[in-house]
Amino acid sequence: MKPGETAVVAGFSSPELSPKLLEMGFLPGTVIRFNFKAPLGDPICVTVGNYDLAIRLNEASTIQVLS
Amino acid sequence: MAMKIKVALAGKPNTGKSSLFNLLTGLNQQTGNFPGVTVDKRTGLCTLTPSVVAEIIDMPGTYSLYPRTVDEQIVTETFANSRNENYPDKVVLIADATNLKNCLLLLSQLMDLGFPIVLAVNMIDLAATAGFSIDIKRLAKELNMPVIMINGRTGQGIEDLKKALAEPTVKSSKTVFRPDPELMAPVEKIKTRFELGTDYDAYQYLQLYQQLKFLSENDRNFIQQVAQEHQFFPAKFQGAETIQRYEFIQDILNKVIVRHPDQDWKRRTYALDRILTHKVFGYLIFFGVLFLIFQAIFAWATVPMDFIDHGFASLSFYLSNLLPAGPLFDLITQGLVPGIGGIIIFVPQIAILFGFIAVLEETGYMSRAVFLMDKIMRKFGLNGKSIVPLMSGVACAIPAIMATRTIDNWKERLITILVTPLMSCSARLPVFTILVALIIPEETAFGFFNLQGLALMGLYLLGFLAALLSALVMKLIIHTEEKSYLILEMPTYRSPKWSNVGYTILEKTKAFVFGAGKIILAISVVLWVLASYGPGDQMDQAANAVAAQHFDSEVEKENKVAAARLEYSFAGKLGKWMEPVIEPLGYDWKIGIALITSFAAREVFVSTAATIYSLGSTEDEATIKERLKNEINPLTGGPRFTPAVGISLLLFYTFAMQCMSTLAVVYRETKGWKWPAIQMAYMTALAYLSALAAFHFLN
Repeated sequence: MKPGETAVVAGFSSPELSPKLLEMGFLPGTVIRFNFKAPLGDPICVTVGNYDLAIRLNEASTIQVLS
Repeated sequence: MAMKIKVALAGKPNTGKSSLFNLLTGLNQQTGNFPGVTVDKRTGLCTLTPSVVAEIIDMPGTYSLYPRTVDEQIVTETFANSRNENYPDKVVLIADATNLKNCLLLLSQLMDLGFPIVLAVNMIDLAATAGFSIDIKRLAKELNMPVIMINGRTGQGIEDLKKALAEPTVKSSKTVFRPDPELMAPVEKIKTRFELGTDYDAYQYLQLYQQLKFLSENDRNFIQQVAQEHQFFPAKFQGAETIQRYEFIQDILNKVIVRHPDQDWKRRTYALDRILTHKVFGYLIFFGVLFLIFQAIFAWATVPMDFIDHGFASLSFYLSNLLPAGPLFDLITQGLVPGIGGIIIFVPQIAILFGFIAVLEETGYMSRAVFLMDKIMRKFGLNGKSIVPLMSGVACAIPAIMATRTIDNWKERLITILVTPLMSCSARLPVFTILVALIIPEETAFGFFNLQGLALMGLYLLGFLAALLSALVMKLIIHTEEKSYLILEMPTYRSPKWSNVGYTILEKTKAFVFGAGKIILAISVVLWVLASYGPGDQMDQAANAVAAQHFDSEVEKENKVAAARLEYSFAGKLGKWMEPVIEPLGYDWKIGIALITSFAAREVFVSTAATIYSLGSTEDEATIKERLKNEINPLTGGPRFTPAVGISLLLFYTFAMQCMSTLAVVYRETKGWKWPAIQMAYMTALAYLSALAAFHFLN
């Protein structure tokens, strides 16, 4: 995804991280937006629902999206 | 006698929970520890009505009852165990109106546990700027509980909240989550066995029995059996539960949120983020902030520190004229009063440091600092959040290690704890300045670099590099199952609420003085005894022998006697006994004594050196420096403090774990002697070997 792009959460590929991600609001069907990256490329800032989260690429890559 | 009820204040981080706590309790608050762990527990009294008083317990911020950190674990343990001393009669759940959805997750779990809850909705004004409002009456009806609008910044709505709390609230009639039908059998079994109030109580036991510390071994085995019998997989069901809860929440939000079309509220935050997380300006600003903190701790803190230092010196002097002479008198004036002074002297630095940290957190900048640093820190097995403890370690490792609690991942937290004492703390500074002044000429290089200043900076850099490299090594050695992750909220920028900053400073200072202070006092008294008493009457004999000689002045005689007494004290004996061990580093027994006594605090090296070299109790740097310069090594006939010895000592002090209080704090934070022992061992080895290498290379 590119900065400014939006997508819809479809599911998760990591069973360990999914409960935490769900709690933080990454629910299947939620619209998320990729805002910008940290200067070193990782982590990234995404908007989930109504707030912003910093999340590492590792975690972000376990979120499957429809775009 | 007013009725007293227990009220827990719960909610996710960044909702204004501390503001609300401060508003409710004012200065009637206390800091303690939750049972069994060292998570700070803030409680306070609040008079709701003339006949009802509430004890408010500030629970650590958490997103849900499934814990990931020590802090979150506390919340789960408290709410799951009706015998817990903090088990509340009522709960105030504080929610952030701009992000109601995430806040209501925890609320829905607490509803299912059957607590009477009052929902306090904060930051309605921000929601309005963000383009929506909330139908509070409808929300109260849907949740079947009192909902109060508050403003944590101005205090609006607090009286309404108090009134609602004083009412005989009943629990909400709604049940949000029902365990899967196939799980009802194990849930029923657990519910009956532990006599629990709700299905969800039992379900929590089933999910979390391995983590819940209040369950006995027997209880755990029972639940494990039940879980196995019914093939229960925690993660799968946790996900399903969260989704079910959010469905309920979304349903309600669809009914209560009234949207206005305007959506440009976030623009200001994004504009700021573009600068503050910029690849050049972001780091420049960040290091500028670090530099400001560094300056503040060193420059601004010295004024109150000198004041405290002089205050305690005069107190000792005043008491020495007041009390009858004897061992008890010595203990008070020379052991206890300076010991307490040695604790209080750190207060200005801790206050300033936590003042800055509080401001950074209140404004939302701390998350950005983590965002900027995470990738670099991760390479070294640390977490973006480790930057705060490492930075704080430059002032004092003790509050710094206390600040590691925010790191979720145990391995990253442990590594941060283990390497933080390598950061050059303020107690090393007096040792550094005197030794640097001794061996580095006061000249300038290239016209404007002060050589001594450069050397001092080099030592700080060395400590920082050692911390990073040790972290890297530990990352490879320490193995855990736990997966490292970072999912961190980036709150909207706002101006800090100054009273909250004040409360943080007060709380951290108290935690230091009464937490670490006790241990520091005990050790300083022990070390004082070691340095003031000796085996048999050897000390008195030596003192008498010296006193019998002829001296030019009374002062010189006194100083020589003091030096002789120290030589024949327990500490002196220890110093001589360990001379063979430290000789390869270029030290003699006199330096050995200073190494032992400075175990209380590194800067004690200076005052011990003053005593052992017969300078009395002076702390004047120039005098001590002159005396050290003239000290002769009997073996070589040359000066004792050659550049080789000086550098060897500097390296030793840079790396060695010369601080009993830090070890004590690490013991508290890791709950055992294993990690402090390992830390002590690796740091001493690092110090000894580098000092040895430096001495031999340079000599």
